[in-house]
Amino acid sequence: MEGLDSTSTKTPRRHIVEILLGSGVFASVVSFLYPVLRYLIPPPVADLGSDEVVASKIGDLKLNGSKIFRFGSRPAILLMTATGEYRALSAVCTHLSCTVQYRKDLEHIWCACHNGHYDLNGRNISGPPPRPLEDFQVHVRGDEIVVTRKREA
Amino acid sequence: MALLNRARDWLDERFHLAELIEPLKKKTVPVHKLSHWYFLGGITLFLFVIQVCTGILLLLYYRPGANEAFESVQYIMTRVQFGWLIRSIHSWAANLMVFTAFAHMFSVVFLRAYRKPRELTWLSGMLLLFLVMGFGFSGYLLPWNTLAFFATKVGTEIAGQVPLIGHSLLVFLRGGEDVTGATLTRFFGFHVAVLPGLTTLLILVHLALVQYFGMSVPPDVEARWKSSPGEVREMKFFPNFFLRELMAWYIALGVLGALAAILPWELGTKADPFASAPAGIRPEWYFMFMFQTLKKIPPKVWFVDGEVLGILMFGLAGLIWMLLPFFDQAGQGRGRKFIMGAGVFAVSYIFAMTIYGYLAK
Repeated sequence: MEGLDSTSTKTPRRHIVEILLGSGVFASVVSFLYPVLRYLIPPPVADLGSDEVVASKIGDLKLNGSKIFRFGSRPAILLMTATGEYRALSAVCTHLSCTVQYRKDLEHIWCACHNGHYDLNGRNISGPPPRPLEDFQVHVRGDEIVVTRKREA
Repeated sequence: MALLNRARDWLDERFHLAELIEPLKKKTVPVHKLSHWYFLGGITLFLFVIQVCTGILLLLYYRPGANEAFESVQYIMTRVQFGWLIRSIHSWAANLMVFTAFAHMFSVVFLRAYRKPRELTWLSGMLLLFLVMGFGFSGYLLPWNTLAFFATKVGTEIAGQVPLIGHSLLVFLRGGEDVTGATLTRFFGFHVAVLPGLTTLLILVHLALVQYFGMSVPPDVEARWKSSPGEVREMKFFPNFFLRELMAWYIALGVLGALAAILPWELGTKADPFASAPAGIRPEWYFMFMFQTLKKIPPKVWFVDGEVLGILMFGLAGLIWMLLPFFDQAGQGRGRKFIMGAGVFAVSYIFAMTIYGYLAK
């Protein structure tokens, strides 16, 4: 009965039992929590076929016009400038990821969320965006306008 | 009546109800010229109960999911009898609850009700305020309309800017890299299960602390009462204060019903993840001051990204605000002045930036 009422005179054997019991409980708690924590992280989604996409057909876009199209899992914007040139850029604002739009009156790209402005090359020219928009290559293939991701040099 | 008495006697015999009720009978509320501020916490609690009730009603028809959510809310508003009213009450009560929670918090600051020994009451209250804002943020997305979609995109992107853990937090909140149907499912889970559970628990703690310490009396009134105890004025909590509180709830219900019926909450257009953010997009009014600040911070300040700086600033301000009671130690005039200054600055900043946000193009 000695060991029951005193904590200061613990035998080494009791100490070992406590460590074993404690680490056992700790390990079991970790084994309960680990699957839960892993469960909270969503599995990655494969981004298939995002290097090339048919953005539009010739004739769908008018001069000084634009169109939002799906490039992989993200929106992108195709423009026809006032001089009849095609441009394609990512439509995800580099500030806080809103989807940008083309403003005919300003003849450049604008984000409605926080008033960010980009020129036709995607350069951030005013407002809070910290970086330019990613720009893509545009090819005309038959009557289709094909947008491809630029290859890293 | 006899049946009711018999039921009470039956319970009393087993649980000694009289002993349980005794402390409530003794509870008093101080009476002074600022006593009306005591109602705000109760009104916030009342609005929370309204939210739980109307939330459960909405759950009977709401379907989470990118292809169904908008249509189900539309169905509630157009086909279900009084559906528009229930949804409108839920939206309006949410906004009023945020307002009364903020008003309650600022009243506690200006009456210095947070001071020793009520530091933990303040902390639990601040956590409740964050939970209320979490309710607002998660509930806003559930109708899956354009405004909500972009507000969630921006809001989760802001969470993603937090140094070190930002990206993991963003993926956890969105259920992936982008705001999709997976985000809606998560937010639905937070909104109807996680947050209500946590909030109920914390409300119990908050109320237990309020009950334990009793109502705080403003320092100048307390000093006056101490010097001349004859001036102390109190009323019994039950039934005197309780009946007054009931009246306040009734008025709150009246205001809520009128707002919900006269200005029914709109649904907007269905979210399209591949459409541009429309002009005039803005968050709920209680996030407006942060939204407007982020809009005005330049892209780069020294070598730090503007939005990261904004988030760090708001994070730091929030942390200092939570720790306010610990700056106001007894007998330290400087701490008190700092808190009053911080309080006046916070109210003015939030007020000015909110108005600026609505006026600015």
